[in-house]
Amino acid sequence: MNRIDASFQSAKAESRLVLAPYVTVGYPTRESAVELALAYVEAGADMLEIGMPFSDPIADGPTVQLASQIALEGGVWLEDAFHLVERIRSHTDIPLALMGYANPFMQFGLGALARESSAAGADGLIVPDVLPEHAHDIESANARHGLHVIRFAAPTTPLARLRQIGQGARGFIYCVSVTGVTGSRAQLSESLPAYLARVGKATTIPRVVGFGISKPEHLRSLHGRAEGAIVASALIDIVQASPPGRGIEAAAAHVRSLAAAA
Amino acid sequence: MLVTRALPDAAGYYGPFGGRYVPETLVAALDELEASFQRHHRDPAFVKELESLLHLYAGRPTPTYHAARLSRELGGAQIYLKREDLAHTGAHKINNALGQGLLARVSGKRRVIAETGAGQHGVASATVCAMLGLDCVVYMGEEDVHRQALNVARMRVLGADVISVTSGTRTLKDAINEALRDWVTNVETTFYLFGSATGPHPYPRIVREFQRVIGREARAQIQDLAGRLPDTVIACVNGGSNAIGIFSAFIEDPDVALIGVEAGGRGGDQGEHAATVECGTLGILHGARSLLLQDEGGQIIGTHSIAAGLDYPGVGPELAYLHHVGRADFATFGDADAMDALQLLAQTEGIIPALESAHAIAGALRIAPEVSRDHIILVNLSGRGDKDMETIAARLGTRA
Repeated sequence: MNRIDASFQSAKAESRLVLAPYVTVGYPTRESAVELALAYVEAGADMLEIGMPFSDPIADGPTVQLASQIALEGGVWLEDAFHLVERIRSHTDIPLALMGYANPFMQFGLGALARESSAAGADGLIVPDVLPEHAHDIESANARHGLHVIRFAAPTTPLARLRQIGQGARGFIYCVSVTGVTGSRAQLSESLPAYLARVGKATTIPRVVGFGISKPEHLRSLHGRAEGAIVASALIDIVQASPPGRGIEAAAAHVRSLAAAA
Repeated sequence: MLVTRALPDAAGYYGPFGGRYVPETLVAALDELEASFQRHHRDPAFVKELESLLHLYAGRPTPTYHAARLSRELGGAQIYLKREDLAHTGAHKINNALGQGLLARVSGKRRVIAETGAGQHGVASATVCAMLGLDCVVYMGEEDVHRQALNVARMRVLGADVISVTSGTRTLKDAINEALRDWVTNVETTFYLFGSATGPHPYPRIVREFQRVIGREARAQIQDLAGRLPDTVIACVNGGSNAIGIFSAFIEDPDVALIGVEAGGRGGDQGEHAATVECGTLGILHGARSLLLQDEGGQIIGTHSIAAGLDYPGVGPELAYLHHVGRADFATFGDADAMDALQLLAQTEGIIPALESAHAIAGALRIAPEVSRDHIILVNLSGRGDKDMETIAARLGTRA
């Protein structure tokens, strides 16, 4: 069984949310990215989203943009992403989802991408600018290697389209919590419960909420409404705000408090 | 005979180019825009209002002018200029801004956002929003804010909020990133008035349809003036709105050569030019699959051109397609060529073109002497040079 599916099964049995912190390939540095990821695992992460930086990340707010820019200035390539996945995989069995924008993946080649991701130990791919109607090639290339290509839902997605997205979806549905870009927010949208209920009506695939999730209370409010949550910008903000050498520890401590609420 | 008026296909593709590569959040808005465009662009009342505005407000039809002195100077082809520089706001961008502005009004959304490179689309958007009573926010790269300061002032006088974008290369590419991020955030209340013939489907089609008026007029005018179709049509190309606008009327005329001129910048090295068709490879940026300037890892490469409106690492999908099927040829002229062309046109005809349009003139200067005197070259003079006077003066060493 794909590790993503197994993770949602066991989280369901324990009435827990699957908590998925986000790690940027090459951030804080190429070397320390693996330390950061392993610290998150140690702190109780159930899954990791491993983000490959792109020069023009239109779905990302200032925080993820900054981490991407730092990583790209450090000279990261997609091969570094596979390498990071491989190193994390050698320490843990939790699911790993590789996130990236369409263009770097397309340049690498979809077949090679699926092969290398699978060989490195990834379980899924998250591509925010490829819609299901354009995803046939990438979905079938990855299916051959047992990898899930994650589909998205947004607050603006009508119910009929949510049903289409649900059909053939694998792993989980990435539910963008707000109309907006990534970035931590003080409060979750008031309309989030109704929207998550709409997604739940359209599909039985687990719902993972992303964009804006930053605090334990956010996670608590998602119990019974979603099956998981992705946390990205809040953790990068902590790394950025910490004194040199202390960022990993501080971000991991936050993951620990999130895991307690998951 | 190549027929592209049937393109894009239902999914927004022109052969291998185009499509819609956007976050899920934007899908409903793009579907709504497509439906609204389908419903209105052939609706008699909508067409009548747009034509009336193009005529009475924007000053269309713009003339096609025989540049007789320039032609004599070169000793070859007869050069005709489609004078989009004479349209209200000083460039062809007003055509599309009026069309999309009317779609914005129909949508009921009171807030309009736009991206701009040289500032001409920003000015056109700010103008149309002022006239229609809509709020306008324009994203512009910080580098362009500095080099097109006159247009920034114009937008502000027109009541638009100009946001200087400091991420990435601080040019048009980054302005589009920020505009898309704004749109993802405010999609329920905001209309994105896209200015280039690129971006996610249906924008390339909408921009072509609203810029088609350039070619439609020029085709009739050149037949009146010269008694026949041109041999060659030349336009500068980056996103490609002015080029697709004039080319669209001649694509089905196999004897009319179509030539797009890209910005050669300071030379052929990576990062020193914006010759996307000549040097680019297939990729995905800003919602469309097209040719791009990128590295082997698929990261987008910075560009350079003296013309802010040509300083973008992509090209519209339909132009990439016309190149792909061999219907259009592309040439590259650099900063120095554009400056020479600008001066020659200014001094032989008394017309100062925009630095973008000067690239198209440079293309005509190269071809004209090599062909006979009955060869007709039609150049799309897409904009006027007022906005560039500081850059031009600095380059010429003349204090303004």
